[in-house]
Amino acid sequence: MEVLIGAGVLAATIRLATPVALAALGGVVTERSGVVNIALEGCMLVGAFFGVFAADKTGSLPAALAVAILAGLALAAMHAVAAITFRADQIVSGMALNILALGLTSYLDYQLYSSTGTPPTIPLVPNVHLGFLEKVPVLGGAVGDQSAIVWVTLAIVVFLQLFLFRTVPGLRLRSVGEHPRAADTLGIDVRRTRYWAVLASGALAALGGVYLSLSVAGSFSDNMTNGKGFIGLAAMIFGRWTPLGALGAALVFGYGDALSVSLQGVEVAGFVFPVQLLSTIPYLLTILAVAGFVGRSRMPAADGQPYESEGH
Amino acid sequence: MDTPIVEMARISKRFGDLQALAEVDLTVHKGDIHALVGENGAGKTTLMNILYGLYRPDAGTIRVRGTEAHIAGPRDAIALGIGMIHQHFMLVPPLTVAENVVLGDERGGPVLDTRGIEARVAELEKRFGIQAEPRAKIEDVPLGIQQRVEILKVLYRGSEILIFDEPTAVLTPQEVDDLFHIVRTLRDEGKTVILITHKLREVMAVSDHVTVLREGRNAAHLVTKETDPRAIAVAMVGRELRDIRVRPGNVGPAVLEITSLSAESDRGGLALKGVDVEVHAGEVVGIAGVGGNGQSELAQCILGLRKVTGGVIKVGGSDVAHDDPRRTRQRGVAYVPEDRRAEGLVLPFTLADNFILGRQDQPPYARRGILQGRVIRREGERLAKEFDVRPPDPDVEVGTLSGGNQQKVVLGREISESPRLIVANQPTRGLDIAATEYVHERLLEQRSRGCAILLISSELDEILDLSDRIAVMFEGRIVAVLPAAEATEERLGLLMAGHVEGVPA
Repeated sequence: MEVLIGAGVLAATIRLATPVALAALGGVVTERSGVVNIALEGCMLVGAFFGVFAADKTGSLPAALAVAILAGLALAAMHAVAAITFRADQIVSGMALNILALGLTSYLDYQLYSSTGTPPTIPLVPNVHLGFLEKVPVLGGAVGDQSAIVWVTLAIVVFLQLFLFRTVPGLRLRSVGEHPRAADTLGIDVRRTRYWAVLASGALAALGGVYLSLSVAGSFSDNMTNGKGFIGLAAMIFGRWTPLGALGAALVFGYGDALSVSLQGVEVAGFVFPVQLLSTIPYLLTILAVAGFVGRSRMPAADGQPYESEGH
Repeated sequence: MDTPIVEMARISKRFGDLQALAEVDLTVHKGDIHALVGENGAGKTTLMNILYGLYRPDAGTIRVRGTEAHIAGPRDAIALGIGMIHQHFMLVPPLTVAENVVLGDERGGPVLDTRGIEARVAELEKRFGIQAEPRAKIEDVPLGIQQRVEILKVLYRGSEILIFDEPTAVLTPQEVDDLFHIVRTLRDEGKTVILITHKLREVMAVSDHVTVLREGRNAAHLVTKETDPRAIAVAMVGRELRDIRVRPGNVGPAVLEITSLSAESDRGGLALKGVDVEVHAGEVVGIAGVGGNGQSELAQCILGLRKVTGGVIKVGGSDVAHDDPRRTRQRGVAYVPEDRRAEGLVLPFTLADNFILGRQDQPPYARRGILQGRVIRREGERLAKEFDVRPPDPDVEVGTLSGGNQQKVVLGREISESPRLIVANQPTRGLDIAATEYVHERLLEQRSRGCAILLISSELDEILDLSDRIAVMFEGRIVAVLPAAEATEERLGLLMAGHVEGVPA
């Protein structure tokens, strides 16, 4: 029982779900506006690296977070220029930027920190201790000592859910993703809306990246995101392009991830699951979710389609 | 005379090599219903897109209420009180009617005031007598209602000048009547209406003035009361029209016999619920009906493109209900599909290749599995000339041809084999008067040759002009079969809407 729903597993679930959720939220925002951004993986990675880099150089946590998010914004801006202004293939542009992010961060990491590793003294994102929960079984252990970014993520989920479905800018953003021509004829600036959405997705993914490096690991290592941005996109689909759904899907994936750790060495009727098999759980879940839900949930009608305004 | 509300003078616009508009003038007076007519490519929509700010003119001036206006985008147009009801609806399907009406001008704070928005839309509906359910999602309401939402959108923005771009293309005859009623109400409320169309019946029915464009130039300006459809048509086409009137032909034995045919739709429900129809040699049977009542499924069943779940389809006496398309075609069945771009042609292929599609594995086009390029090209050249495809270049990519020329390629391929049955589904959809005339002449030529023709069309004029007998389809059944002489537009319109009782026996 303990390995399935114990405080340890649940705490790990939340920890592992958070970066996936942030990437998924980024995906929701950008795809609701009609731009596919698979460079979210790269945005996470640069966020993770430049957060550590800035923390090392400035010794200031706010500066580190700001630089991490700026790095994500910069990468997303390149995607926006390619995808929106130049109407390039969004998958190709996203993939190219992912390769750029991987190469850039690995190179800089090697140049700067290969001999020593990233410094152990950098400021990290603090955890939030909920003292009053200490005595509560399971729940206290699960949420009583999580990173501040976890709570920020939760706030972002609520904010985005309300923003997309209960505000005027949210309505406009959705209309741009569904029928850009209609939005255009009503005086809504399709390109500007999409730029903002892509940039926001980059910032959200970068926050997910910096969470990995400055909260979970306390350091940077090569390709440390390891596909979490892509799993985030799967969570977005699984969650039907809504922030709440994306959070729920991220928690499912996080739970799969947590299980793959907590089930290690556990014996069931004399059989021990091989580690290699267990570590495929989150990826199997991803495939199942995408295969099972991609057809059933409806994506924004203009998702991934460049918009060319008439005339000029 | 008072100042015109819209005055477009010497407007020119060029797209690449194409001079879309050359010094076109348009003058519209307040409180008028002004029809802007012309063939496809005459520049009607381009001119209106300029007025609405979607295109910038290369030259010319626009005056609105006597003041020169520089319209850089839809926002400027809306500010001047100009609104456009687009041909392809500009609605966001998952949003509600009310949300679509206010989109872009929601008023109130950044938080969406759903209740307030719905109340405002309901009030607007009441004022102009336009019914649409504010809370329904667009994807759940029929096209006629969607169009009303488009009109509400424009009225919501306080437009005084309403541009309708081919508004009746997707409507049933009853919906057209409702629309015209709304348009007249709008005029009586002091609004000005510009109606883009190429349907003369509509021009005569609602407009006060007519401006005719031809090949990007002014062809005529007429007062509706003082003109007639023929004069407008001549101005549009630039020559006298040929009279296509069906004379009784020599009807031979039954070629197509369908009895209690049933089939499912793509969504799984029953699309055909026991269809009975016969077409004889030398006869055109028109299938009238509002789109989506099983006509397309009927055509697909005959061709073997859709699984037949019950009933019999006989062509020349033998049952083809369960044959594949190849076998059916070998029995002499030709098919002009509804969507020529998706089903009739391979757009990136050349003219010549498209002409021989379906026979590409037979001599002389292929020998021992090798395509005979020179033979194919020569055949393409010959058929392009015979069917007046422009340009008559066998190497041209079919996707670059105009709609009318594409349809000539489909038609040419299908009738060059002298079929005994032609199934034509919406053969003139989207074509202009000249191309439509051409298709009609060719079909009637086949009829006099003794070919049986099943003509599916939602254009009543087309059905009435070409058919010997007319079958009306409603909800997967043939609800009536009339000799053409007894069919009137009103009677067909009622039958198409499902009013079976009202028909005299």
